[in-house]
Amino acid sequence: MTLQIKRLASWREVPVGGAITQPGNSVNRPTGDWRVFKPIINQDKCVRCYLCWVYCPEPAIKIIDRPYKTSSGREWKMTFEVDYDYCKGCGICVEECPVKAIDFVEEVK
Amino acid sequence: MDLKRIEIRWHGRGGQGAVTAAMILAEAAIYQGKYAQAFPEFGAERRGAPVKAYTRISDEPIYTRAPIIEPNAVVVLDPSLSPSLYVEGLKKDGLLIINTKKSIAEIKKDVGRDDIKIARVDATKIALEILKAPFVNMAMLGAVAKVIPVIDVSYIEEAIKENFRPKIAEANIQAMRRALNEVEIA
Amino acid sequence: MGEWVRIPLSSNYAAAYAAKDADVDVVAAYPITPQTTVVEKIAEFIANGELQAEMIHVESEHSALSACIGAASAGARVFTATSAQGLELMHELLYIASGLRLPIVMSIASRALSAPISIWGDYSDVMATRDSSWITIIASSAQEVYDSIIQAYKVAENPDVLLPVMVAYDGFLMSHTYEPVYVAKDRSTILEFVPKRKPLWNILDPDKPITVGAVGNPDWYYEFKYQQVVAIENSLNILKQVFEEFGKRFERNYSFIETYNMDGSDIAILTYGGLYGTVTEAVDIMKKRGLDVGAIKLRVFRPWPTEELIRILKNLKAVIVIDRAISFGAALEGPIAMEVLATISKKSLDTALHSYIASVGQRAVTEEDVMAMVENSIDLLKKGVSLTEKSIYWGVRQ
Repeated sequence: MTLQIKRLASWREVPVGGAITQPGNSVNRPTGDWRVFKPIINQDKCVRCYLCWVYCPEPAIKIIDRPYKTSSGREWKMTFEVDYDYCKGCGICVEECPVKAIDFVEEVK
Repeated sequence: MDLKRIEIRWHGRGGQGAVTAAMILAEAAIYQGKYAQAFPEFGAERRGAPVKAYTRISDEPIYTRAPIIEPNAVVVLDPSLSPSLYVEGLKKDGLLIINTKKSIAEIKKDVGRDDIKIARVDATKIALEILKAPFVNMAMLGAVAKVIPVIDVSYIEEAIKENFRPKIAEANIQAMRRALNEVEIA
Repeated sequence: MGEWVRIPLSSNYAAAYAAKDADVDVVAAYPITPQTTVVEKIAEFIANGELQAEMIHVESEHSALSACIGAASAGARVFTATSAQGLELMHELLYIASGLRLPIVMSIASRALSAPISIWGDYSDVMATRDSSWITIIASSAQEVYDSIIQAYKVAENPDVLLPVMVAYDGFLMSHTYEPVYVAKDRSTILEFVPKRKPLWNILDPDKPITVGAVGNPDWYYEFKYQQVVAIENSLNILKQVFEEFGKRFERNYSFIETYNMDGSDIAILTYGGLYGTVTEAVDIMKKRGLDVGAIKLRVFRPWPTEELIRILKNLKAVIVIDRAISFGAALEGPIAMEVLATISKKSLDTALHSYIASVGQRAVTEEDVMAMVENSIDLLKKGVSLTEKSIYWGVRQ
C-alpha cells in the first residue's frame, strides 16, 4: 500500500454507498493542464450559433456579456470564450463549429 | 373415514375448474376455522388437458408440502377420464365422487374396485340447466359437501361469493346446493 | 396487538398483502412463472384504491430492478418480485442495489434454472445470489412470507444496515398453495411496527443535490465494500432485535433458525423452505415408530447465523443436510451443506455431516423419502462415515 493511499479517509469516514454528497465539487478540480492542443475562438468568424457551448462536455465554453464588432462591421451583443482552467483540449468544439471559427493550436507550456 | 385430516384429489380437464374447486373448498374450511391447503398439480396448463388439484383439510396445522399420493377421496369432474388414472392410490374405504350419467353399478364395473365407496351426481346436467354452460366444478363441490360432511355449507357459499361476481356466484351456489341434494351414495 | 383477520392466501398473495400493508410507494416488476400472481395482486390493490403506489411496467427484470434502484435512491419504499431466469437477469443489478445501500425488498418464488426449461420450484436461483450482499430470508409458510416481508423493511431500512432483503419461498409448492394466513385488518398495525422510511439522502432533492453511483477507483472502492461487510455483520443484531420486537408485538415468533423435536435427538435433518414442513411431519412419524430425529430449519441464509447454528450442532452426533440446489463442481455440492461444514470446522465440532441433494426441479419429496434418508444416514454412521465424500443425489435415476 502506498503512503498516499494510507492518508485517505477510512471506511468509517466515507459516505455510505459511495454517494457524493457535496454537489458541484468539480469546480474545485481544474482540468486545464490536461491539454495538448488548445482551442482558440476566432471572434471575427464566429456566428454565435451556440453549438460549441452545446457540445462542450466539460462545460468550458463561457458566454460573456460583451459586445463585439467584426472587421466587416457586423455587431454581436455577446462573445463566447473558452474557460482554459477547465478545457481539457478534447477538440469537440473545433470539430462541431459549422464555420470553422475555432483554431486548434499546440499548447505551449 | 378419519375426518381429522382429509386428503382430496380432484381430476378434471383444463378449463373445467378443478383447481378453483379445490381452492374454494380449502377457503371454506379456513373460514370455518379449520386448517387447509389447496394446490394444483403444477403442469403446463392447457385447456382440455387432464389436470389434478389437491385439498387437505385438518383440525391441526398442516406442515407437509408433499404431494397427496394416497387420497381419502377423489373427485372426478369429467366422466371421460380414464378410471385407472383417477382411482390410483385411492385409499381402501376411500370415496370416489364422480360426475356421470352412469349408475353406481356401472361405475363400480368401470373402476374395478370393491374396497371403495362411490358417490355419483349428474353435475353436467345441473350445470347446463342452471349455468347454461358445462361448468361443473361448483356442483361437484356440493356433492363433496354432502358426502364428506366436515364443512358447513354456509362457509362454502361464503367462499364462492369471494371468488365470483354476485350474479355468477348466485347461480353457482344454486348449482352447488342442487348437487348437494341430488348426489347418490352407495 | 392490532386486529388480525384469518384468510386463505397463497404465498404469492401473502407477499402482495405484505407489500400493501407495508405501504410501499413504488413497485416495478416483470411477470415470470411462478411469481406472476404477486404482482397481479398488487396491481389489483392499486386499481381498487387499497394501495397508493406507482406501478412501473417494465420490459424485463433488468429494468424492473433498475427502476427499483432509481425509486429507492429517490427515497421511496420499494418492492419487487421475481423467479429463476428473472432473478438471473437482475443479477448485475443485485450488486448495484446493495452497493448503493438501498433498502429494497424483493420476494422470490424460487424456481429451477433453465436449461432444460423448468418452471418448477427449487433453490438454484436464490443460491446463485449468495455473494450479492442481499440479506436472504427463506420462508416455509405463507404466514412466514407475510411476516418476513414486514420484518424485511424494518431490517433493510435500519441505518446500521441499509441493505436490500430478499424473501424466498418454494415456487409452486408454496407460491400457488392456499393456506390460512393472519393479515393485519388495518395497515396502521403494520406501520406502527415499521414506520415509513427516513432516507439518509434523497437524490431528487434540488436543495441538496448529490451524486449516486459514482466511480470507485482502486484507492476508494475497497472501503465501500468493507462498509458492506460491516453492514451485513450488523444486520445479525438488527435481525435479532426485529424478530424479538415482532414476536412481542404480534405474538408470532421467528429466529434465524427454527428447530423441532431436538430434545433427546442426536441426529437432526437441516433443510430450508417448504420442505421443512414435510421433514417435521416425517419426524412425527418416526417418533411414533420409536425413532427420535430432530429437524432444523435454516431461515436466514445471509447473514449466515454461525453462533445460533453452533449452539444446535454442538449437541448433535450427526446432521443430515437436504439441499435443494446444486453447486456444480464444489467441494461439497450441496450449497448449504458446504456452509454447515465450514461452521462445524470453525469450532472443530465432531458432528458428522451427511449432504443430500433433493427436490431439484421440484422432484417430489415425501415423508417416506425423508425417512429413507435418515435410515441411510444411520447406516453410514454405523460404517463410520462422518462426512459424505460427495453429496448424495437422492432419487436420481441411475
